[in-house]
Amino acid sequence: MIDYAWLLVAVPLASATLLLLLGKRSDAWGHLLAVVAVAASFVIGLLITLEVLAADAADRIHDLHLFSWIPAGDLTIDAGLRIDPLSLTFVMLITFVGALIHVYSIGYMSHDPARRRFFAYLNLFVAAMLILVLADSYALLFVGWEGVGLASYLLIGFWNYNTSYAVAAKKAFVMNRVGDMGLIVAMGLMFASIGSVSFSDVDAGAQGLTTPMATAIGLLLLLGACGKSAQFPLQAWLGDAMAGPTPVSALIHAATMVTAGVYLIVRSDAIFSAAPTAQLVTACIGAFTLLLGAAIACAKDDIKKSLAGSTMSQIGYMVLAAGLGPIGYAFAIFHLVTHGFFKAGLFLGAGSVMHANGDATDMRTYGGLRKVMLVTWLTFAACWLAIMGVPPFAGFYSKDKIIEAAFVGEGWQPWVFGGAALIGAGVTAFYMSRMFFMTFHGKARWVDSASALGADDPRPKRHPHESPLVMTLPIIVLALGAVSLGFLLSLGDGITGWLEPVTGHVEHHEPVLPIPVIMGTTLALVAIGALLAWRQYARNDVPLVAPTGSPLTRAARRDFYADDVNEALAMRPGQDLTRTLVYADTAVVDGAVTGAAAGTVGLGQALRKLQNGYVRSYAAMILAGVVIAGAVLHLVRL
Amino acid sequence: MTLLHYLVLSGILFTIGAVTVLVRRNAILAFMGVELMLNSCNLALVAFSRVHGTLTGQVMAFYVMVVAAAEVVVGLAIIVSIYRARRTVSVDEPSLLRN
Repeated sequence: MIDYAWLLVAVPLASATLLLLLGKRSDAWGHLLAVVAVAASFVIGLLITLEVLAADAADRIHDLHLFSWIPAGDLTIDAGLRIDPLSLTFVMLITFVGALIHVYSIGYMSHDPARRRFFAYLNLFVAAMLILVLADSYALLFVGWEGVGLASYLLIGFWNYNTSYAVAAKKAFVMNRVGDMGLIVAMGLMFASIGSVSFSDVDAGAQGLTTPMATAIGLLLLLGACGKSAQFPLQAWLGDAMAGPTPVSALIHAATMVTAGVYLIVRSDAIFSAAPTAQLVTACIGAFTLLLGAAIACAKDDIKKSLAGSTMSQIGYMVLAAGLGPIGYAFAIFHLVTHGFFKAGLFLGAGSVMHANGDATDMRTYGGLRKVMLVTWLTFAACWLAIMGVPPFAGFYSKDKIIEAAFVGEGWQPWVFGGAALIGAGVTAFYMSRMFFMTFHGKARWVDSASALGADDPRPKRHPHESPLVMTLPIIVLALGAVSLGFLLSLGDGITGWLEPVTGHVEHHEPVLPIPVIMGTTLALVAIGALLAWRQYARNDVPLVAPTGSPLTRAARRDFYADDVNEALAMRPGQDLTRTLVYADTAVVDGAVTGAAAGTVGLGQALRKLQNGYVRSYAAMILAGVVIAGAVLHLVRL
Repeated sequence: MTLLHYLVLSGILFTIGAVTVLVRRNAILAFMGVELMLNSCNLALVAFSRVHGTLTGQVMAFYVMVVAAAEVVVGLAIIVSIYRARRTVSVDEPSLLRN
């Protein structure tokens, strides 16, 4: 089955091509084809995974050569797939969560006239994401990397008749390109220093690199990861990306694409272990983004933007873990998998709530939805407990490991990283509980339009209802994953043992604090966060209009002025530069050209006056000419 | 009578001819000015020919006469047809081809 791994990519890609080429003719059945394509990928992936699982740990890495891609003199790049536990973990996550979200989208997008196009893009995304994780070289990874960027752009701007959505899509695209520059330059450096960009060659050659070179490559890879994973300082696009349809937010901007940065760092472990500085910077960025995203998630009233801040923060955990080196790689991937489930579940739940409330996203206009949306409430609660890290839900197993790993080390590092991870856990509990209570509990801050009471009530009129089965079923499956996956995967070293051929065997390290103390503090902070949120948003009334809040709240509401900083640092200077160039172009270049033309015209106009038709003046001119010519000849004595 | 005398006479004749062409409006008179200039050249050519004792100048003078005759034929024809069309022989009147 491994030999047919290319089918994983080919099936959704063929489906996307077919849907895009057939156009409106496939409107009636396009969404079904898309679901079948992803499901087929999942089945193929499952068969391959079972085959690899059956093999010994030593034989679990397969390199599958496909074709010679770029034979150019010294540089030869082959297209090939790498089948190993890491890529298979991603394949399983992408195809399984992807298939569920495809099913959900059938219901969520049922009223959209362009539903078929939406599914074509989703298939395109799945194919690109699979290329990204299955590639056996940075060059082919980059194809998938750009492919997911394209699909993300197309899907964020799916409702592009709304200008602000189109702008959000453009913003995401441009900020991702900034990160991609890092990846491209890193590939250039790899080729210059190692002579190849395939994973196996880079793994083998990384030890021979000089430290500055390894650090440079590591930092550039990190820049690429930051762009894709919305890490500081390239994080500002993720909130705006919520303009896309909610299944897109769930699939692309929570479960899969945004985690690609973590994949890149884990995949480049050889480079990072040769560059301790780059590793430290990675951990710092992860720790910082983890707190930054959490603060943003606390301040947003838009349910999806709050979830986007949460995604940033959770991926901050993964980047922090990946920055800790081999000790954290497996935990980063573990958290990535569980996060893929519960965050997709939360997004789909948010989509279900929006669906019920006429696409309103302001949590302040929700409240008391528990009674009308029982299934959504239950599944949301499961994912909520999972992301907070309450035992025995999935997030507990993965996040707690990261917090423990963050406390391992020497000097100031464990205290800073561990402290950030701990505080992050508390803040996570606060903002997730805030979201949960604000949405489902407390008094209803809407009026049922069916009851026709309170005509002068300031509250919006809604008629919330539970979503259809095609939407709730995927959420239920994801919620089951959020409940059980952590336990199942950590059973008997489960995922860490499975990933060991890639991430390497790690000896046990003692954290600077005893593990029960860390675990106890974490749980206490989580409880405090949840209680604070319950007091503020379930027991007390939530005002319909947000209070002004402290300066910190106001800053967090505006993403800590990330847009203003980007505008001042990158956009304005760029615009000024282009304006100067345009001015120079019109004034100097065009000026020279049109000036020469105008000069010729003027000269012609002046000379035209001489052509007056009077024979005698012509004769005078000829005479004058002769006299002048004679004088010149006489003077120069020719 | 040295060469200089001939050349001075030729110069004077040429100047008179040139001034006639430039000053007179009558096409016939302008023509006569042209003939005068040509003949001043002929005088200079013949004078040089005599001084150097070769025939080159004489032959050149014949050429000038032939050209002058041809010019007169064409020019007079043009003047006559202009007169027929416009009832004037002024060279300033027909300036339709200006610019």
